[in-house]
Amino acid sequence: MVIGERKPFDEIMKMLEGVKKIAVMGCGGCVTVCLTGGHDEVRVLSSQLRMARDKEGNPIEIIEKTLERQCDPEYVEQAEGVASEVEAVLSMACGAGVQFMAERYKDLPIYPALNTTFVGGSKKEGYYVERCQTCGECKLYFTGGICPIARCSKSLLNGPCGGSTNGKCEIDPEIDCAWQLILDRLKSLNQMDRYSSMMPINDWRTNRDGGPRKMIREDFQR
Amino acid sequence: MSDFEPIVVAFCCHYCAYGAADLAGSMRLEYPTNLRIIRLPCTGKITPVFLLRAFEKGADGVYVAGCLEGDCHFIQGNLVAKPRVNYTKKLIQEVGLEPERLEMFNMSAAMGPRFAEVAREFVQRIKELGPSPLNKNYHIQSDAA
Ligand code: SF4
Ligand code: SF4
Repeated sequence: MVIGERKPFDEIMKMLEGVKKIAVMGCGGCVTVCLTGGHDEVRVLSSQLRMARDKEGNPIEIIEKTLERQCDPEYVEQAEGVASEVEAVLSMACGAGVQFMAERYKDLPIYPALNTTFVGGSKKEGYYVERCQTCGECKLYFTGGICPIARCSKSLLNGPCGGSTNGKCEIDPEIDCAWQLILDRLKSLNQMDRYSSMMPINDWRTNRDGGPRKMIREDFQR
Repeated sequence: MSDFEPIVVAFCCHYCAYGAADLAGSMRLEYPTNLRIIRLPCTGKITPVFLLRAFEKGADGVYVAGCLEGDCHFIQGNLVAKPRVNYTKKLIQEVGLEPERLEMFNMSAAMGPRFAEVAREFVQRIKELGPSPLNKNYHIQSDAA
C-alpha cells in the first residue's frame, strides 16, 4: 500500500490561513489502513483544527467526509455536494488522491494534509516499512523476493558493498543489509546460481526517469 | 483565578475506577464536584477522538482511569489506552494546550480513597493551570465581568 505521514500541524494551519470553511476529506484506501488519512484521522485532525482556530478567536467551519477512494473519478464525484459548500479541501489522501480531487474540482483549492512517503506494508499494527520503489522492472525473481532497489540503501543491483557488517547496513546498524538478506534467502532456496550472474545496469527509463507513467488495459478502452 | 472551578471529564472503566467512585461515595469520602464522570465498558474503548472532543467542548482537564496494569477485565484494554492517552497529549500540545491537562490513572474497584485522592490532585493541577482557552462558559463569564 501507499504509506503517508501527516504533515506537521503548523504547516497545515498555515495552508488554511484566511480560510473560514473547509472540508477535511479522508480516503478509505491505503491511508486508512496505515492510520494516517481515514475516517478516524479526519475526525482527529478536524477537532484539532477547530480547537486551534477557536483559540485564536478565528473559528473555522469543517465538513468531515471520507470517500471510498480519492484516486478514482467515480468516488471523487461523490464529494460534489461538499465541494460546492467550502472554500478549500484539505485532503488526507496520498498525493495521487489530492491530484484526482484537484483535477475534478477545478475552481477549488485542494491542499495536502499528508506527506506521501513510500510503498510498503505493515510489520505490525501501526508500524510500516518500505518495500518497493516502483522501478517498473521487477527484479524479485533474481533476488529471492527481496528488493535491492528499495531495501539496499544504495540500490545496488550486484551487492553487497564493502560496508555490509554482520548482516547490517553501513548507513545504520539498525537496518538489515538487503544483500545479506538476499544471499541468505537465495541460499536457503537453493538458487545461488541467480546470484552468480551479474545484473546489468538498471534501465531507469521504466522508473520515473522516463517521465510520468501510465498503464492501460486495452479491453477496458471504449 | 481563585474562583476558577474547572470542568474535568473523567473517563472511568466500569470494572475499576467507576466502582472505586461508587465506593468513595459509600465511604462518605469527599472529592471535588468538578468531575464529570463518563463510564466506559473498558478503557480500551478510549480513542484520541473521545479525548479531543472533551477538550473541544471546553473541558479544562481530562483523565482516563483504568484498572491496575495486569488486572484489566478484558486482559489488556488499559494497556491499549495508555499509549493512546500519551499520543493524544501530543495532539493537544500541537493545538497549544498543555499536555498536563490530560492524564491516565490506574486503580482497582477497591480503591475508593485513591479515587478521591486522584480527583482532588487532578482538579488542583488544573486549577493551577487555569481555564482552558476553549472553555467558552468561563471566558464568556470573565468577559462579562
Ligand atoms: S525490483 Fe522494482 S518493482 Fe520489484 S520490488 Fe523492487 S522497486 Fe519494486
Ligand atoms: S551494506 Fe548492504 S544494504 Fe547497505 S548499502 Fe551496502 S549492500 Fe546495500
